[in-house]
Amino acid sequence: MMRDIGTFLAMGGYAGFVWTAYGIGFAVLGGLAAFSWRRYRDSIVALERLQHQLTGKR
Amino acid sequence: MINWLANPARFMRLSASAMPWCGWTAVIALTIGLFWSLVAAPPDYQQGDTVRIMYVHVPAAWMALSVYLFVAAASAVALVWRHPLADVAARAAAPIGAAFTFICLATGSLWGRPMWGAWWVWDARLTSVLILFFLYLGYIALVNAFDDPSRGGRAGAVLALVGIVNLPIIKFSVDWWNTLHQPASVLRVGGPTIAISMLVPLLIMALGFGLFFLTLLMLRMRTALNERKAAVLRLNAGAARGPRPERARTVSAHTAIP
Repeated sequence: MMRDIGTFLAMGGYAGFVWTAYGIGFAVLGGLAAFSWRRYRDSIVALERLQHQLTGKR
Repeated sequence: MINWLANPARFMRLSASAMPWCGWTAVIALTIGLFWSLVAAPPDYQQGDTVRIMYVHVPAAWMALSVYLFVAAASAVALVWRHPLADVAARAAAPIGAAFTFICLATGSLWGRPMWGAWWVWDARLTSVLILFFLYLGYIALVNAFDDPSRGGRAGAVLALVGIVNLPIIKFSVDWWNTLHQPASVLRVGGPTIAISMLVPLLIMALGFGLFFLTLLMLRMRTALNERKAAVLRLNAGAARGPRPERARTVSAHTAIP
């Protein structure tokens, strides 16, 4: 079992290339998704706060 | 149809229900695609396990081209018909396209080192994709370079439309010139030459990347529309308040007739 996992992780001797490629792919896409989601949440909070301020003043 | 789709309020309603579905389907497709490409797919008889880089590299390359086509089409609609959502869509898509292009270049380099013996070669395919990456960066910089967003949008739209000439160069560079990069083995006239055991995970990963793009596009467009709405509300609130007393005094002091 451990040998199977070791063989899988070794990727036929190309582990450094294969895992780095997958790592870069998912780090870039994950980072972009996280950044976009955070900005989306911030935009909702800012809009709600502004609407609350404006309706409170009227 | 375009008029119907170009309504921001309708887009917000539709995207609110479509976005979670799209997002979760993307997660499922990427999970299945990852398992298939890393575990279930066989190694190549010549390239060994490095062929697994293809399952990230090729879908990223397809998305890099498709997203640029989307940015150019949305820019054309924004430029000609001035639809309010088209400019928002083009601006929202460009960073995602740039991310896919970066992934394509980086994973291609990681695949090229063990197979070609070089991280980078200045052949037609690689160079034209690098130009695509610079086009994305140029577009993002240009649309944000103006104080007036509509002027930035127009300048960016022109750049996006001019840059579309690069797409056929990327696609056919491997046929027109003698390149180190291999010719097309999936999207070709005679049908795919790739083995079905490798084609299926490749298409699943491509589906996952496509759905991921749609989810992120809707998310970024909703963000942009929220920010625009907040800016309009601030502007209207400022106009309704009228000039501040200090400002009014200053103006009256300067404009008072003696």
